[in-house]
Amino acid sequence: MSTGSVDPAVSKRSKGFLIKIWHAINIPLAAVVLALLIGAIILLVSGANPIQAYVALFRGAFGSMTALGRTLEKATPLVFSGLAVAFAFKAGLFNIGAQGQLLFGAMIAAAIGFGIDGLPSIIHVPLALLGGALAGALYGAIPGALKVYTGAHEVITTIMLNYIAINITDYLASGPLKDTSSGNVLARTPEIMASAKIPSIANIPLGFVLAILMSILIWWILSRTTLGFDIRTVGLNPNAARYAGIKVAFTIILTMVLSGALAGMGGAVETQGVVGRFQPGFNIGLGFDGITIALLGKTSPLGVIPAAILIGAMKAGASQMQFDAGVAKEIVDVIQALMLFFVAADVIVRKVFRIRAAGEEEKITLSTGWGQQ
Amino acid sequence: MSETLALEVRNITKRFPGVLANDRVNFALKKGEIHALLGENGAGKSTLMNVIYGLYSPDEGEFFVDGQPAEIHNPHDAISAGIGMVHQHFMLVPVFSVAENIILGSEVTRATKLDLRTARREIRELSQQYGLDVDPRAIVEELPVGIQQRVEIVKALYRKAKILVLDEPTAVLTPQEVEGLFRVMRQLTERGVSIIFITHKLKEVLAVSDSITVMRRGQVVGTTTPAETDENGLAEMMVGREVLLEVEKGPAQPKEIVLEVKDLSVYDERQVEVVRQVSFDVRAGEILGIAGVQGNGQTELAEALTGLRAVLSGTIHLNGVVVPFENPRALTEAGVSHIPEDRQKHGLVLPYSIADNLVLSSYYKKPYAQNGRRNFQAVLGNSVELVEQFDVRTPGPQVPAGNLSGGNQQKVIVARELSRPVKLLIANQPTRGLDVGSIEYIHKQIIKERDAGAAVLLISAELDEIKSLADRIAVMFHGEIVAVVPVDAVSKSDLGLLMAGSELKKEPESVG
Ligand SMILES: Nc1ncnc2c1ncn2[C@@H]1O[C@H](COP(=O)(O)OP(=O)(O)OP(=O)(O)O)[C@@H](O)[C@H]1O
Ligand SMILES: [Mg+2]
Repeated sequence: MSTGSVDPAVSKRSKGFLIKIWHAINIPLAAVVLALLIGAIILLVSGANPIQAYVALFRGAFGSMTALGRTLEKATPLVFSGLAVAFAFKAGLFNIGAQGQLLFGAMIAAAIGFGIDGLPSIIHVPLALLGGALAGALYGAIPGALKVYTGAHEVITTIMLNYIAINITDYLASGPLKDTSSGNVLARTPEIMASAKIPSIANIPLGFVLAILMSILIWWILSRTTLGFDIRTVGLNPNAARYAGIKVAFTIILTMVLSGALAGMGGAVETQGVVGRFQPGFNIGLGFDGITIALLGKTSPLGVIPAAILIGAMKAGASQMQFDAGVAKEIVDVIQALMLFFVAADVIVRKVFRIRAAGEEEKITLSTGWGQQ
Repeated sequence: MSETLALEVRNITKRFPGVLANDRVNFALKKGEIHALLGENGAGKSTLMNVIYGLYSPDEGEFFVDGQPAEIHNPHDAISAGIGMVHQHFMLVPVFSVAENIILGSEVTRATKLDLRTARREIRELSQQYGLDVDPRAIVEELPVGIQQRVEIVKALYRKAKILVLDEPTAVLTPQEVEGLFRVMRQLTERGVSIIFITHKLKEVLAVSDSITVMRRGQVVGTTTPAETDENGLAEMMVGREVLLEVEKGPAQPKEIVLEVKDLSVYDERQVEVVRQVSFDVRAGEILGIAGVQGNGQTELAEALTGLRAVLSGTIHLNGVVVPFENPRALTEAGVSHIPEDRQKHGLVLPYSIADNLVLSSYYKKPYAQNGRRNFQAVLGNSVELVEQFDVRTPGPQVPAGNLSGGNQQKVIVARELSRPVKLLIANQPTRGLDVGSIEYIHKQIIKERDAGAAVLLISAELDEIKSLADRIAVMFHGEIVAVVPVDAVSKSDLGLLMAGSELKKEPESVG
């Protein structure tokens, strides 16, 4: 079946396609512009030249092949965590726990990476990746099961599980799995074998390529398969899902497992592609950024890619900005927070830019207060 | 009655993508009258009301309130112009109390602090004044729909509405509740409130309204009064052809037992036994109607039979075998079709397209999917056929079901459930919210299923529907089946008595 010609959603493509794209990106785009404008005002007030700062930020992110490579490297784990959050959203689940799932993924990938010697890359790399994904999957299954069997809301349980993950991985890195080589005083694991590392080719991190492939895979699952239909139906109307014979409890747990696997894989890619070991503190924030990225990407599996690149670029360009314009790096965090604020409070953005309200299917519900079981 | 107009709209035009929902509509509401608005599903009634209430902005048109030109751009404008609306699908916050719901939206302008005490007192006064009994402290989701509707009306009155729009208020009410509502409506008009009343029930229109306006395909086709017309006249005006208000059906030819229910008991949400030791059977080729005042366990019975609710005790056999009744999919596979009572809760995924909703219970099967991959061509083909066959009024099957008019949403569900081979049809309020033409069509379809050998369990709050469709009638009262009688052996008034819990002394219960 040549999907392109028969999908009814696609067959109507003509001018409707551009309008669709516009409807999908207008709010995030407006939010980004608004955040940058307010960032500029803050820069002005603090005595810096916002134009100079933004130019430096841009140069630092895209100014050279090395800069671009750095941006993509920063974006890689963000695609994964954004994907994890966006995917769970489709089943009506707000997975705040991507951070914890990502940490376990990073830790297990490190353990497989340094613990096994003598494997060829072709086996060692995927083995560590899958180990990380599995760890994240298991850790994601917990809040899923708690929700189904006890009714505990996943927002609460995942927040708590994040703390547990931070502390357990801390403990492992400073105790049982600590790097005991002479001269090391830091809490961290040994460095992983070269055979477990994910390289870059011509400045493009291969982990980023994997992230793109995963995005496409998730998009395909959600829009083209019966499993995706199950997941979206559960997210949009759990009562109708039950009526339609969909196993709601199973679907919720499965979605959390897959979401956790994506976050865990993101942690593994970070370990194998960038950090080279597990070191507490190095991965903190990547999972939380996933929430921003999922919302900026309109919870679309493909939308998270530009969103992650944007945030990755800001992280990558921040040092250059500090160097050239003498602005504190932290302004980048302020702008990022403003972006999240404006996509979440999209009413403000609509008012400012006079964008008409979205149709039913585009609305993002952050959490359902009632009517769900 | 004075001839001044409470509200007038001129030349209202409202377009949706691919739909001209209101086409240069003129509508005038006199002070203190009840004005019925009638029309086919998708004729544009709700749209016109939403325009009047400021929810939709019309592409063209003018408003006059009390003879003065008015600008209505949002519900706030409408409320300040004295317009209140009770929507087809209620807009209450289920977890809030009645008082909280009523002051919601007007709380800010009232006081700096949320003054629930005063609000409750005012609500009590208001409900006494109009005979609308509501308890301000009750939680909305725990109230029966009839009371929820009262809350909506009180809410409008609390905001000092002089013009009240009621969009299909009687669709979800029991006959008793309808009587109560009509009393309230008359009281309101005596106090100078003007009412626009939408319904599909012609009897109600003739009973309660002062004037009647009929819409068809976005246009007003005429205005009349109950004195000048009758049911047939109205039906013809609406649909543009003669409509059979009575179904024609031959005698049933019951065959083997398809559904056999023995000593079934079911809990509701609060763990109260609302279906108690119920036993009955339905044979292939017959329609068993379940009559009863709403809230006597019919909903829970239907949900238990369709796998949506756990069975407390008892057995259910389908074609002689025990089926896993906690698994809706196994039931679908066994040939059970289910038209659920609440179309927006169970029946549809509103953001999904009509096409997807039409395969909601078969999307995973050939030809709609293969090896877990969906086949959109088959899904689309199916929808094109069914939209045509069931006369779903829409610009196309890709439109989200949520954009359809209420009655057309119902048609989508009926189309889906009748479009596959049916062994047992469980139809709960199958024609709720449908216009007379569509009711005629759906009734014919149900009889066709019966004649093709399906067993049909029909649950309906409409006695007329039960009387004209069913072959046997089981009356439910307080969770029990108090009588099973052949349809010809019982009069409507006897049925009414049975439904109210009194026994018929004159003859023994016959089990048909
Ligand atoms: N929000 C919307 N978006 C797109 N089309 C809509 C929307 N609301 C209504 N329509 C279309 O406008 C037409 C009129 O719908 P409306 O809800 O006014 O019908 P109605 O007369 O109230 O019907 P019913 O008796 O079934 O409730 C229908 O064809 C419907 O599909
Ligand atoms: Mg309507």
